Amino acid sequence: MIWNKEMECADRETMRSLQLEKLQKTVKYEYENVAPYRKKMDDAGVKPEDIKTLEDIRKLPFTTKEDLAANYPTGLFAAKKEDIIRVHASSGTTGKPKIAGYTQNDLDIWGECVARALTCAGQDKNSVIQVAYGYGLFTGGLGAHIGAETIGATVIPMSSGNTKKQIMFMQDMKSTAFCCTPSYALTVAEGLAKAGVDPKDLSLQAGVFGAEPWTEGMKENIEKGLGIKAYDIYGLTEIIGPGVSISCDENNGMHIQEDYFYPEIIDPETLEPLPDGEIGELVFTTLGKEGFPMIRYRTRDLCYLMREKCACGRTTVRMGKILGRTDDMLIIRGVNVFPSQIEEVISRFSELTINYMIYVGRENNKDTFDLEVELAPGLEIDDIAFVENLRSRVDRALRDMLGIGCKVKFLNADTLPRSEGKAVRVKDTRKLHEK
Amino acid sequence: MLIKQMSVFVENTTGRLGKLTGILADAGVDIIACTIAETTDFGILRCIVPDPQTATDLLKKNGFTASLSNVIAVSIEDKVGGFNHVLQYLSEAQVGVKYVYSTVKNAGGKAVIVMKPDDPEKAVGVLTTKGVQLVSIEDFMA
Repeated sequence: MIWNKEMECADRETMRSLQLEKLQKTVKYEYENVAPYRKKMDDAGVKPEDIKTLEDIRKLPFTTKEDLAANYPTGLFAAKKEDIIRVHASSGTTGKPKIAGYTQNDLDIWGECVARALTCAGQDKNSVIQVAYGYGLFTGGLGAHIGAETIGATVIPMSSGNTKKQIMFMQDMKSTAFCCTPSYALTVAEGLAKAGVDPKDLSLQAGVFGAEPWTEGMKENIEKGLGIKAYDIYGLTEIIGPGVSISCDENNGMHIQEDYFYPEIIDPETLEPLPDGEIGELVFTTLGKEGFPMIRYRTRDLCYLMREKCACGRTTVRMGKILGRTDDMLIIRGVNVFPSQIEEVISRFSELTINYMIYVGRENNKDTFDLEVELAPGLEIDDIAFVENLRSRVDRALRDMLGIGCKVKFLNADTLPRSEGKAVRVKDTRKLHEK
Repeated sequence: MLIKQMSVFVENTTGRLGKLTGILADAGVDIIACTIAETTDFGILRCIVPDPQTATDLLKKNGFTASLSNVIAVSIEDKVGGFNHVLQYLSEAQVGVKYVYSTVKNAGGKAVIVMKPDDPEKAVGVLTTKGVQLVSIEDFMA
């Protein structure tokens, strides 16, 4: 099912001319209403009239999270205060949160985008959608909520946590879709197994998961554990929240709602645009947002774009799975390491669960790199040799993936903390010494 | 006569083994024999308990990686060369032994040794023919 065929299946020419028209309006609107960005444009010697083609977007300065911090809290809002009807916020890594303001029109856009996503996941007005993202400043809960209301489904606003209650509602209210972070989905899947609930006895069909990067291995675990098809929803507070893009049944990238969010991929070092298919930093320009419009916002997320036609019928550009966030990247002994790479490796071992914890520290001016992983429940171990053999296979696989070795430590299943929101998988104690 | 031995993966952190024995003690499980194979960061506890299936399920429920495998227990005269005979019989029959440990309890005044042969069924056959006394869980409980 497709929620908005006219936009989601538009031919390239129609889409491009719509995007250009909206981009020109957005740049003019931003220039007139957001003083810090006007200054950036003036410094770069660009005027709104200079945007004559879509490619001219490259003339425009980037917006970064440092710009958000410098103009905290509302310095980059474009709408009048009387028109802002809601704010959301996401935690900034440098202390101050990033605050986004929405007008009624912005909320309507958000509802439309999440409606497209939920429809893509097979949901409609007869569906029962259980939202287990946190409600509050985090965009997850209210974002999924507004989309579910837009398609006319029944929404269960559970918020996150209380796994037993989640399972009870899932059973009693016959939820057809479950929305949360992938790590919480895994926690709920484990909860089902522990409670002896067969996912086949549930009405669940789909899961719409996002807000943190996850691997194919984790996706398979969730699909099996909950007995559903899992869809990947992407978004970020600075742009609007979840719903910027959604994976479809083809499971080959996420369709970007490009009539509202214009994507580019750039080289994070040179800042030059990269061609389709090449991995780089994802940059978005909002088209039509009023409260907190963004021009060329650097997301820090690494992925690539695909423009080939998708078998699902949608013509919108797709983004590949997020391979990591430049912020999540650890530099260990000079080598770039993404937690998602480690997850990818351990998901290949049936002897291990998908939970892990990375510890990075510093001893004698050398980085230490330790990894704790859990042995799968039901594993039969009577032999040191069995464990040592497993260790050397995991070791080798990690070394092949990362290029450096780490110390692997096995734990019993269920030892590592489970997550109800975004999972914390890295403890880097080196940072403590830098401050 | 095969005996089911319970093997449990235990992280090498202070208090972890105590947690395990605490769970067993609370459930009234008597440990008849036990040994730990250890490395720097983990160990494998192997033990003989009266109802190994129940004890294994209990530990699994408490988050431990626990499983069962076959071992044999032999009763031998507590004198020089007693244990040697048993090993000689097995080696003549080409049966290897992975590890051995002795019991906390003894049965009827004799020493009892738990052994993990690479082929437990064959070991039982060989030792029975040679007249070595094999011990069952019930013998321990008597």
